[in-house]
Amino acid sequence: MAQPPQSLRDSSPRGGASSAPTKSFPSGGGGPEGRRGSARRPSKTRDNLVYAAVWLACAAPLVWLAFRAFTGDLGANPIEALIRQLGVWGLRLLLVGLAITPAAMILKKPRLVRFRRTIGLFAFAYVTLHLFSYIGVDLYFDVGQLVKDILKRPFITLGMAAFVLLIPLAVTSTNGWVIRMGRAAWSRLHWLIYVIVPLGVAHYYLLVKADHRPPLVYGAILAVLLGWRVWRRFATR
Amino acid sequence: MLIRHRPDLTENDVTDRGLYLRRREFIAGAAGLGLAGLGLAGSGGAAAAAPLAFTKGFSTPEKPTPKDDITSYNNFYEFGVDKSDPAENAGRLKTRPWTVRVDGACEAPRTFDIDELIKGQKLEERIYRLRCVEGWSMVIPWVGFPLKDLIAAVKPTSKAKFVAFETLMRPSEMTGQKWDVLQWPYREGLRIDEATHPLALIAVGLYGETLPNQNGAPLRLVVPWKYGFKSIKSITRISLVDRQPPTAWNRSAPREYGFYSNVNPAVDHPRWSQASERRIGEFRRRETLAFNGYGEWVADLYRGMDLKKFY
Repeated sequence: MAQPPQSLRDSSPRGGASSAPTKSFPSGGGGPEGRRGSARRPSKTRDNLVYAAVWLACAAPLVWLAFRAFTGDLGANPIEALIRQLGVWGLRLLLVGLAITPAAMILKKPRLVRFRRTIGLFAFAYVTLHLFSYIGVDLYFDVGQLVKDILKRPFITLGMAAFVLLIPLAVTSTNGWVIRMGRAAWSRLHWLIYVIVPLGVAHYYLLVKADHRPPLVYGAILAVLLGWRVWRRFATR
Repeated sequence: MLIRHRPDLTENDVTDRGLYLRRREFIAGAAGLGLAGLGLAGSGGAAAAAPLAFTKGFSTPEKPTPKDDITSYNNFYEFGVDKSDPAENAGRLKTRPWTVRVDGACEAPRTFDIDELIKGQKLEERIYRLRCVEGWSMVIPWVGFPLKDLIAAVKPTSKAKFVAFETLMRPSEMTGQKWDVLQWPYREGLRIDEATHPLALIAVGLYGETLPNQNGAPLRLVVPWKYGFKSIKSITRISLVDRQPPTAWNRSAPREYGFYSNVNPAVDHPRWSQASERRIGEFRRRETLAFNGYGEWVADLYRGMDLKKFY
């Protein structure tokens, strides 16, 4: 979701398999032509397969959670477990999204960037389900309690702020919006991710009773991912 | 202390029928689970669940939480911080031999062997609500004896103003103690009048059998009108003291966990409301009752105290 570095911009943003299908090799990339093509760029079929794998990997935790929920495998307090797992997976995917640009540059695989939108939107989906299960299932749409929680409980205040800031990023995630807003303005807007993910980590940290190691691990990963960007900005000047 | 009602008698008639029905369910369930239970007990080296002889005592008529939930969803940080950790890791704990030292401001300090202690007590089943500070609750059929009987046995002196409790410290078996997520050993405390209240229980059993390790074997405190963390598990020492003793969660986060920690829907925890709770097994939250519904019997202990200050 964040601004792609200069060298990667030409390949971004690109839709994945879900965007309008374009021409593909009739042979499915198996022929010599396809193979020759893959020396420079992977074939369309392979592209689509890789994309499908990413998509499935993002959806797998949700499917797994749903399966566990329906088979009664979420323990004595399934509502709490569901909300917690959805939140944790939202945060994980946000971090994966932030890791893509550094990974693409370090591994010299600029086309990795094409997965950023999918991962970001999946993160948004998990966070949205996380929030809705808190409001709808835990609070049972008790709006009064929700307002009290937002005002009085710092961890909910931060979490809610992170969610609200994610909305414009999700809405403007399409190619159409990049064109409509202009790349510079779009990029500036998507800088919000550098606020949102720290809010998410703080939200988790404040929720934990005593063992702060898990949120600190996420915090450390976030620090590395942000630190790399700062370092690069100064190093390449 | 004035006890307006005799808890031992009040609700017996109400409970009888429910108990009778539940016991049949339990026997049916035990038949199915018997093999699995035996297998676990044999392999883990932990004491096998043994039936206890007991009478029926003061109980809520509410439907007890299923045993599976009570034994798989625990906060027992000595075995890990996740709710599922104690059920997984507590099998390592050796609960025999086990002694409990009862000392301090008393004329007859003693070290009790756990089996002798249990043999010397008249055990009763008490079905109590348990309200966790995290906003969930259960209904638990404990088997045990009043804490006041144990305290009386050592003849407390007038200097005994508080009671301090200590959990076993044994990192080789309580692997959670290898890391200081709390200051080990876990400590808890009660004022002497709280400790000698007839509702304060030392539990040695659950659902008619000896206490599973994850629930605090071989003996634990149960103070039903306080948040669950006050009910210290796997106790090795009980001391009568003249000043308020330090307690584990209070030392960890004093603003969040007071010494008293009575269930109080009017005083929120900084990170969550205490106005409602989710009873394990239920979908909708229910309102939390002052003193967890035991105000009729315990509110007098706190007469004149500002419970927002002494939370």
